[in-house]
Amino acid sequence: MKTPFARARGLGAAHSGTEHFWMQRLTGVASIPLTVAFIAIIVSLVGASQASVIATLSNPFVAMILFAGLMAGLIHMQIGMRVVIEDYIHTELRKIALLMANIFFTLALGIAATYAILKINFGL
Amino acid sequence: MAERRIEIERPLSPHLGIYHFSITMVMSLLHRVTGCALYFGTVLLVWWLLAAASSSKQFDIASMIFASWFGQLVLFGYTWALLHHMLGGVRHFIWDALYGLEPGEPELLGYATIVGSVVLTLVVWVLVYMLKS
Repeated sequence: MKTPFARARGLGAAHSGTEHFWMQRLTGVASIPLTVAFIAIIVSLVGASQASVIATLSNPFVAMILFAGLMAGLIHMQIGMRVVIEDYIHTELRKIALLMANIFFTLALGIAATYAILKINFGL
Repeated sequence: MAERRIEIERPLSPHLGIYHFSITMVMSLLHRVTGCALYFGTVLLVWWLLAAASSSKQFDIASMIFASWFGQLVLFGYTWALLHHMLGGVRHFIWDALYGLEPGEPELLGYATIVGSVVLTLVVWVLVYMLKS
């Protein structure tokens, strides 16, 4: 027997369950200390030359914290923007296009940032 | 599943126009607005990282733009958006844990969020200008 719940499953606006809610909380919790550390790193680099910025970002701890912050932030951003798109865009085709653009945008930023951090640490 | 539509006069759900100002409403809005601003603001961070990774010329161009009055204004806004969104997130975690939901408490948390984000932003920028000089 197929219950009404089984039929309704996956038919909400997002076509999925609570995994985004959970991931948004997880990346949000991670972002609190990472944001504080990020602000501290940036404040310490105000007015610094490229050489000293590279010296700071080449510190393994700084590089890893920055990378972790970027990854947590980008996942958090992607889910957040997805919710905003689902809330306000009701034309199916436009919604799908924007959801794709959202994924491409956050992926592109992630790839570019990863490349930059790797190059600063290993490639110069 | 053929259902006949029966037209019944039902009360409409409240439209935006009937709401009057509440701090929780404004904080909810600001959480979403700052989230969207940070989404696009991340481009600045990635640009800065790429500039630092490419050449001192590229880095100097980025530094010059960030140091201009307009750049400073954007970065000030970015700082506030980041801190406001962070404190707004903390407020949501408090609610997720089922605290701060008694009458009056959500409003108190709302005022704490806005006051906290403004104070923290000013602290960060005072530090920035103290370290610079």
